[in-house]
Amino acid sequence: MHNTWLYVGLFLIVGIIFPVIPLVLSALVAPRKPNPIKQSTYECGLETVGESQVQFKAQYYVFALVFLIFDVETVFLFPWAVSLNIQPYFVVVEGILFISILIAGLSYTWRKGMLEWA
Amino acid sequence: MNFWSDPINSVYESWLLAFTGWGLDATLSQVIIYILGILILITFAMVIDILLVWVERKVVARFQGRLGPNRIGPFGLFQPIPDVIKLIIKEDTTPANADKFVYNLAPVLSLASVLFLWAVVPLAVNIFGVDLNIALLYMIATGAFGTLSIIMAGWSSNNKYALLGAYRQVASMISFEIPMVVSLLIPAIITGTLSMKTITEYQVNNFWFFLVSPLGALLFLIAAIAELGRSPFDLNEGESEIVSGYHIEYSGMKFGLFYAGEMLHAFTFGGLLAVLFFGGWHGPFSSEFPLLGVLYFVAKAMFGYWIIMWIKYTVPRIRIDHMLLFNWKFLTPLAFALLIVTALVHPLLKDQPQWIYILGMFLSNLLLGWVTIEILRGRSAKERAAVEPVAAVGHH
Repeated sequence: MHNTWLYVGLFLIVGIIFPVIPLVLSALVAPRKPNPIKQSTYECGLETVGESQVQFKAQYYVFALVFLIFDVETVFLFPWAVSLNIQPYFVVVEGILFISILIAGLSYTWRKGMLEWA
Repeated sequence: MNFWSDPINSVYESWLLAFTGWGLDATLSQVIIYILGILILITFAMVIDILLVWVERKVVARFQGRLGPNRIGPFGLFQPIPDVIKLIIKEDTTPANADKFVYNLAPVLSLASVLFLWAVVPLAVNIFGVDLNIALLYMIATGAFGTLSIIMAGWSSNNKYALLGAYRQVASMISFEIPMVVSLLIPAIITGTLSMKTITEYQVNNFWFFLVSPLGALLFLIAAIAELGRSPFDLNEGESEIVSGYHIEYSGMKFGLFYAGEMLHAFTFGGLLAVLFFGGWHGPFSSEFPLLGVLYFVAKAMFGYWIIMWIKYTVPRIRIDHMLLFNWKFLTPLAFALLIVTALVHPLLKDQPQWIYILGMFLSNLLLGWVTIEILRGRSAKERAAVEPVAAVGHH
């Protein structure tokens, strides 16, 4: 008898360990002669100015928020889609109502101009 | 049950018998055989990956009118071997202020997120890692690891270019995930399952899904290219602005892992396109001879990979604001419109004869595509008229 989740669990462990092997191999055979110039941040030959982990544009945050709303709601659509074959036609209408609410959110964001790259 | 009709299970049964015969616990022997099987599957993926390096270099060369690798072995076929040796013996530099743990974990996670996908991809009628009943959700979940590895690499490198590349890549990956997830729902609606094995079997017994949802296949392909960060969506590595993006500070084998992960990711998405819309391992005699099915699957995946490469080396990259607007104002609404049309038409036609079903679904896709193009045409005409009033008058 096959145990599905045992296989997936083992796969995740082996899948993580497998890419480590070439790294270990490389650490064993590769030369290691660090010096300050080699280890400096590469910015096309110029000296780095200020902090490197800079703040990001707020626009990315807006896209991330819109994504979050859609991603959570599309996960709710999976059970709906899978059960469509065995449900009455009314369920389709309910699903479309749900998608319309999603689309209303998107069009609100669109109208507010939040999708523009300002 | 012999080896040629059911290779995985026949080997599994005989080895399980042998291991328990040696006095091992049944669960322990199962775990050992699973690990061996996983290693074979991952090795298979990595061998393909190494070959892909050769394929990619050779195809780029052809697109650019060069010869490509042709020194080592026939047609330069053994070129990846010295490549790998060179990457392994190269000195690995770490930037002074890097966050060491996260910096080293990122490339591992990048390749691992792609390898995870191979657990659920059916290679043939009875050759597959596991038949997970939520395979599509599993696929999205492992894809999130890839996104995470990119932001980890960008942040921990302590480099402004790397960080900018990571932001752009992650913004595009999460944006294009929406149309991708929605296009995944279409096979789920038709088959009523999330298992990739069942989806493929349904296509083998009935019809390939690109016949009933050509628009869905196209949406999946576009979203896949954006997920991969390949041209025209390769903003993570705008050479003229941010050099090579999030992996700029990586050298040696760590860069190699990112590179291998990217190659295998593209190939795997070619394979997923085949599984979801082009019948997976389906082909002549594929049900009788599973090993032939593996060949068909690899051929189809390679074809998908080739299309992705073709687009990559033909189309120039677009601006980030255009890319995100393309997703949110065009691809996402279109994907949801397609979902609504499929959900409306599928239950109406599913009890009809097959040819009516295919024709109805195909025509509904065609109609939606036509309406979309008409809306776009109207909008662009309006925008042109607003920008160039004189020119518009002159033409009339």
